[in-house]
Amino acid sequence: MKKKNLWFALLTMILAAVVLGACGSEDKEKEKDSGKNALDTVKKQDKIVWGVKNDTRLFGLKNPTTGDIEGFDIDMAKALTKEILGDESKAEFKEVTSKTRIPLLQKGDINAIIATMTITEERKKEVDFSDVYFEAGQSLLVKKGSSIKSIDDIKKGTKVLAVKGSTSAVNIREKAPEATVLEFENYAEAFTALKSGQGDTLTTDNAILYGMADEDSNYEVVGDTFTDEPYGIAVKKDSPEFIAEINKALKTLKDNGTYDEIYKKWIKE
Amino acid sequence: MLDFSILTENWDAYLTGFKQTLLVSLLALVGSFALGTFLAILQIAPIKVCNWIGTAYVEFFRNIPLLIIAFFLYTALPTLKIQLDGFQAGTLALIIYTAAFIADAIRAGILAVHKGQSEAARSSGLTYIQTMWYVVLPQAIKIVIPPLGNQFINLVKNSSILTILAAGELMYQADLISSRTFVTFEVYIFVALFYLVITIPLSSAVRYLEQRLARTS
Repeated sequence: MKKKNLWFALLTMILAAVVLGACGSEDKEKEKDSGKNALDTVKKQDKIVWGVKNDTRLFGLKNPTTGDIEGFDIDMAKALTKEILGDESKAEFKEVTSKTRIPLLQKGDINAIIATMTITEERKKEVDFSDVYFEAGQSLLVKKGSSIKSIDDIKKGTKVLAVKGSTSAVNIREKAPEATVLEFENYAEAFTALKSGQGDTLTTDNAILYGMADEDSNYEVVGDTFTDEPYGIAVKKDSPEFIAEINKALKTLKDNGTYDEIYKKWIKE
Repeated sequence: MLDFSILTENWDAYLTGFKQTLLVSLLALVGSFALGTFLAILQIAPIKVCNWIGTAYVEFFRNIPLLIIAFFLYTALPTLKIQLDGFQAGTLALIIYTAAFIADAIRAGILAVHKGQSEAARSSGLTYIQTMWYVVLPQAIKIVIPPLGNQFINLVKNSSILTILAAGELMYQADLISSRTFVTFEVYIFVALFYLVITIPLSSAVRYLEQRLARTS
């Protein structure tokens, strides 16, 4: 009797899951429709909610004293908002990670992602990308004096640290298939793990690695970049009007020198 | 409808995670049961210092988040030159944390065993340890099987915290699958089912044990 009850309970749960699944996909359809008017949505609410990193030095890092997020991505988002809506104070920031940014965009919690996000074919199926706003490349961060000098030094059993959901985790598996890749929630945790000796090297875009080396001088970026990581701004799929508007603003910023100003402020190669 | 291709295409990852979760849970279950029993005895032993140590342990670890213990073992211990990988640190954290709850449950069980039992055992010439081991503990554990079962189920579920230590268990695999495929809905529904595959038999085993032992007393 008891056993029967148990199976019944399990069956009910699976059924519930399937039914919920059906609801879920319906929602997805609805969201797709609303995605078409992403530009209208932004204009109507008279603000742009940007998904930004909060743990990435130089690009998006929370300042513990003021509570504000600061960095290249933030300044770019403000400048773009000024171009599109006329005032940079209409930019709102929401903290995202590599893992949460696409789901949050699809749910409509944010209007656009400017969070060290590489343009990839796979991601293009999920979101629309603007033109490239930053050219990065994947590299390696090691403790000074490490035997790893470039990607060729990664051998069987070398522990490479990366971040869940990042392209660098996928790339390193391709370029160094022998490596043991450990993936963490965010860059702060991955860097903490590297400092605790949980891995031999940390891999991601050089732009982010420079920020880490800047934070702790015991660490350095080694080797040449082994991938091209063009950063783009992502918006909901099928929003050509919004993308056009962003690209237009991006071009204006590059033409009038604002882009170079922001670039020099943050990136010191 | 649910997209079952997520399950079939990532079957290997799910299976790896499932095995890892099962292994972590088994090790932590045995470890926390042993440590918990030891702590319970410390708490009620007729030596003041032991009582104090046992109570301090239980109160401390029961009242701090498991996440802190796990992170401490993983990232703070290396500064003391003790290097544990994600799997070891995670399993140890689960043992340390769960033992506090198990100690509490077993202590309650020991107190529920009639005083006459241990008095009789002691007067028949058994030492304190023997009395505990042969007379009191078997009865105490029988009494606390339901709360112990709950703790073991919690343990299996808490093992999901190991994902932040990159320990390769179910939740970690699910995170990786979802970040690779951009699918969140199905990935987490399926991972929940994998946890049920462990916890439901566990809870029925506990119930079976409870009924069986009730019959023998």
